[in-house]
Amino acid sequence: MPAVSKGDGMRGLAVFISDIRNCKSKEAEIKRINKELANIRSKFKGDKALDGYSKKKYVCKLLFIFLLGHDIDFGHMEAVNLLSSNKYTEKQIGYLFISVLVNSNSELIRLINNAIKNDLSSRNPTFMCLALHCIANVGSREMAEAFAGEIPRILVAGDTMDSVKQSAALCLLRLYKASPDLVLMGEWTSRVVHLLNDQHMGVVTAAISLITCLSSKNPDEFKTCVSLAVSRLSRIVSSASTDLQDYTYYFVPAPWLSCKLLRLLQCYPPPEDGAVKGRLVECLETILNKAQEPPKSKKVQHSNAKNAILFEAISLIIHYDSEPNLLVRACNQLGQFLQHRETNLRYLALESMCTLASSEFSHEAVKTHIETVINALKTERDVSVRQRAADLLYAMCDRSNAKQIVAEMLSYLETADYSIREEMVLKVAILAEKYAVDYSWYVDTILNLIRIAGDYVSEEVWYRVIQIVINRDDVQGYAAKTVFEALQAPACHENMVKVGGYILGEFGNLIAGDPRSSPLVQFNLLHSKFHLCSVPTRALLLSAYIKFINLFPETKATIQEVLRSDSQIRNSDVELQQRAVEYLKLSSIASTDVLATVLEEMPPFPERESSILAKLKKKKGPGAVSVELEDGKERGELNGGGDRGGDAAIAASNASTPSPSADLLGLRSTAPVSGTTPSAGSLLVDVFSEAGPSATSAGVNDDGFLSSAPPTVASEDPAPPLPESDELLNKFVCKNNGVLFENQLLQIGIKSEYRQNLGRMYLFYGNKTSVQFVSFNTTVSCPGELQSQLNVQTKTVEPLVEGGAQVQQVINIECLTDFIDAPLLNIKFRYGGALQNISLKLPVTINKFFQPTEMAAADFFQRWKQLSQPQQEAQKIFKASHGMDTEVLKAKLLGLGTALLENVDPNPENYVCAGVIQTKAQQVGCLLRLEPNAQAQPGEQMYRLTLRSSKDTVSQRVCDLLAEQF
Amino acid sequence: ITFLTLNFLSSPAIQIRFILIQNRAGKTRLAKWYMQFDDDEKQKLIEEVHAVVTVRDAKHTNFVEVRLYACLSCLQFRNFKIIYRRYAGLYFCICVDVTDNNLAYLEGIHNFVEVLNEYFHNVCELDLVFNFYKVYTVVDEMFLAGEIRETSQTKVLKQLLMLQSLE
Repeated sequence: MPAVSKGDGMRGLAVFISDIRNCKSKEAEIKRINKELANIRSKFKGDKALDGYSKKKYVCKLLFIFLLGHDIDFGHMEAVNLLSSNKYTEKQIGYLFISVLVNSNSELIRLINNAIKNDLSSRNPTFMCLALHCIANVGSREMAEAFAGEIPRILVAGDTMDSVKQSAALCLLRLYKASPDLVLMGEWTSRVVHLLNDQHMGVVTAAISLITCLSSKNPDEFKTCVSLAVSRLSRIVSSASTDLQDYTYYFVPAPWLSCKLLRLLQCYPPPEDGAVKGRLVECLETILNKAQEPPKSKKVQHSNAKNAILFEAISLIIHYDSEPNLLVRACNQLGQFLQHRETNLRYLALESMCTLASSEFSHEAVKTHIETVINALKTERDVSVRQRAADLLYAMCDRSNAKQIVAEMLSYLETADYSIREEMVLKVAILAEKYAVDYSWYVDTILNLIRIAGDYVSEEVWYRVIQIVINRDDVQGYAAKTVFEALQAPACHENMVKVGGYILGEFGNLIAGDPRSSPLVQFNLLHSKFHLCSVPTRALLLSAYIKFINLFPETKATIQEVLRSDSQIRNSDVELQQRAVEYLKLSSIASTDVLATVLEEMPPFPERESSILAKLKKKKGPGAVSVELEDGKERGELNGGGDRGGDAAIAASNASTPSPSADLLGLRSTAPVSGTTPSAGSLLVDVFSEAGPSATSAGVNDDGFLSSAPPTVASEDPAPPLPESDELLNKFVCKNNGVLFENQLLQIGIKSEYRQNLGRMYLFYGNKTSVQFVSFNTTVSCPGELQSQLNVQTKTVEPLVEGGAQVQQVINIECLTDFIDAPLLNIKFRYGGALQNISLKLPVTINKFFQPTEMAAADFFQRWKQLSQPQQEAQKIFKASHGMDTEVLKAKLLGLGTALLENVDPNPENYVCAGVIQTKAQQVGCLLRLEPNAQAQPGEQMYRLTLRSSKDTVSQRVCDLLAEQF
Repeated sequence: ITFLTLNFLSSPAIQIRFILIQNRAGKTRLAKWYMQFDDDEKQKLIEEVHAVVTVRDAKHTNFVEVRLYACLSCLQFRNFKIIYRRYAGLYFCICVDVTDNNLAYLEGIHNFVEVLNEYFHNVCELDLVFNFYKVYTVVDEMFLAGEIRETSQTKVLKQLLMLQSLE
């Protein structure tokens, strides 16, 4: 019983703990506890006032009982009483009880706050720290309201003790995280930043956490911290291993502070000031150099501390992604770790290298480690290390090594843990398609995938293989042969049967010459699987059978026999029954010619380069475009290419992924492949829309007809935008049609539609007067940066607008990259001799280029997790300006352009959405979460809106736009 | 104003979500929470951490990314990793964001254990049981609001001895 003999005994407590430990059964323990609770209750209720020591002892016993997992429903007042004791030990137990037991909305908070207030103003550093720790542990809004003003003062006051400063900094951080609206740093900013210079390393260690958090939310206000952080880091890095005394850990100077400094720098781009940048690069080089030096100690603590700094430095190098020399050095260093005997280091090296692989500067250097990584995939004992190896192989894959990597991944799949199979399957499928030069290799790979891990192969994957086979006649015979062979296996996966049914139904004739795969053999093979399959697969097989009748008349009798059997024609499933009946009739009534027409070979699936602009350019040449665009017949094709293309595009726009496979078998529209990483997700999108919008718009640019229209003659400068133009813009964030502007003379209506990164807007200018407008002229301009972000093309309108008439103007918009500002629309005309000059913002906002993305909860959270860097997130908490009607909220979120995901957020009050913003330069995946507190009183209703995307500017802009909508 | 699920999925800025000390049998010797969980969630997390950590051996890494299948906590857990180290029969576990620095927290644990060892003169599990209220003080000296507050063993021990001498 060591504790009894030690320290400031609370003997009664120690005896009680011993008793509990000696209890032989749960029942005995409960009995002992109940006895103790009765005892304490009687003491607290007794007439005799308890002294501080007893109170402390009993409160501490209650706390112990609580920590054992029992409910405690009394003793809170006694604990609060302890707070006003003058003795440290009593105060400490009081604060501890409250920190552990009191939840943040308790009634007691007010009483506690009073005691905290007293301790904060006591000038006793020990008491001040206890009070600050209590605030930091509880962190309730009431506490923020009471102390958010006071704590910054304590933090920067000249006479505050160092230990109090440390606590104050972190206490403030906690309050800022819980209630950012209550912590106003304004006047303190500069003094807080200068804590980075504090002599006491402990103060710097604590303060830097606060500064990092504040910087990530308000980078501009805190940007002076960059140079201070660099010089602090430089001093630490260049110090000898003993210089920092207390802060040297196993011969490594201030490892935790160094990591925190490097992390703070990751909130910012590389320093602009050349001297600062030079100093920083020097630090990073020194850190890399030190990794090569012989260790100063054999202890693992030494190497861990050293490598903690190294990995953080590498994160910063990757974050900057601008120093090829450092990137390659980092890669080489990680390469050494790949073979280290410490599993931790191998794991971390694989993880870190994965991000290096995506940098153009280090991609090649990463690739040189392929053999080691493959070996890791095969031999590592820890599945999490194998997982990292698989991630890295995926990340380093390119055309040069795809075959090798895909083969290794396939062979790993045979034994892979169930937990990572689905992800592996998807990775293999993506890589196989992305880097397929030789399509027989692609077919082999996917069929192998189905054979090895059929359960994990999602519909998208097998749809896609069929699509590719249909589109490429050079691979059709090979595919038929291969799938025929694969079906020979006594047990083969249902997905294989689906692919087999489809491919043999279309291309079985290509292998029918071989007696081993004669029509009847093919049919019998397929039909031998029929009874083991689910209804949708059987339906597909029935369609294959009717195709067989067309391809091979000699099978007609056999197949008709099958269709005629009771199990088909009287099948209890309506779909199967109907197919059997119809196919039977078709085969017996229709002439061979009709049959051949009905069952003609599937036409190729359209590759989705289906943009009207490309088509027009090919057909008409640049000059005719504007005219054609207004032609009603052509209008429908804004959404699609050719005849089938239009349908496919519409189907795809209704479906979640722009995958033409949605259309493939006339089955339901597809959900995006589950288990993808965001990058993988967009890759997949890329794959499906290969040579899609990018090719189109590139082509378009060659001819330059989309470049901004030359400004038409304007004798007067355009007026500055109307003051209300921002408000007008906000009205159209979640809708596309409506009245943009109206005054005594003029009404401007708007209709717009968007597809991928292209948009078309119709403006309707209505003359409300009975007098004509003359010199009517409108221009659209893209101010500043916007010029390189949007391509806007307009056609001039007639200069005369009769009284009561309406003229229409079409504007074509191409989004090159993400943007913030809106194009300006300037309208000038003369009305009764007076010049009217109006400027408005055209409601073109980044969200218009959203493509909704459906996904399951698991995928949502995985993607969310992957977007967890501070700069990828934008968040706003704001008051509700309108009611919180569910339907209205939903309509707005849908209007934003994202998919509204049901059953994802465990709290049904919240809304989560997902979408991909399509720009010419890139696709930006975007996740959104809106949390209303609908329970609050009207007037106090608030929302918290969080956006995450792979691009910080996008998160912020969408967040800003949407926050104005509620 | 309270948002019902204020901590859900958000605030990448909180570094440490919780610190747990457990023995092999799964008894909790310290639980320090830096975000709000209700009691059921805490219990679930404690069990889950025990389950994932105790099956690992010296050949495994000291890091585990965890998936949980409880409602709220599962979603949160997917964002996190447990960094842990075993000392005799005790597992010291810190839960942080997946993007956090593994080795820095791994050594953070060791630094903390060395302080405990010095403070309790060769610390053993029973010290943590009988002096549970002091362990909280040690934690608050070194980690506060989910962040590393002080890393110097000398400074922490000096402060602890000073507090020990107070009535």
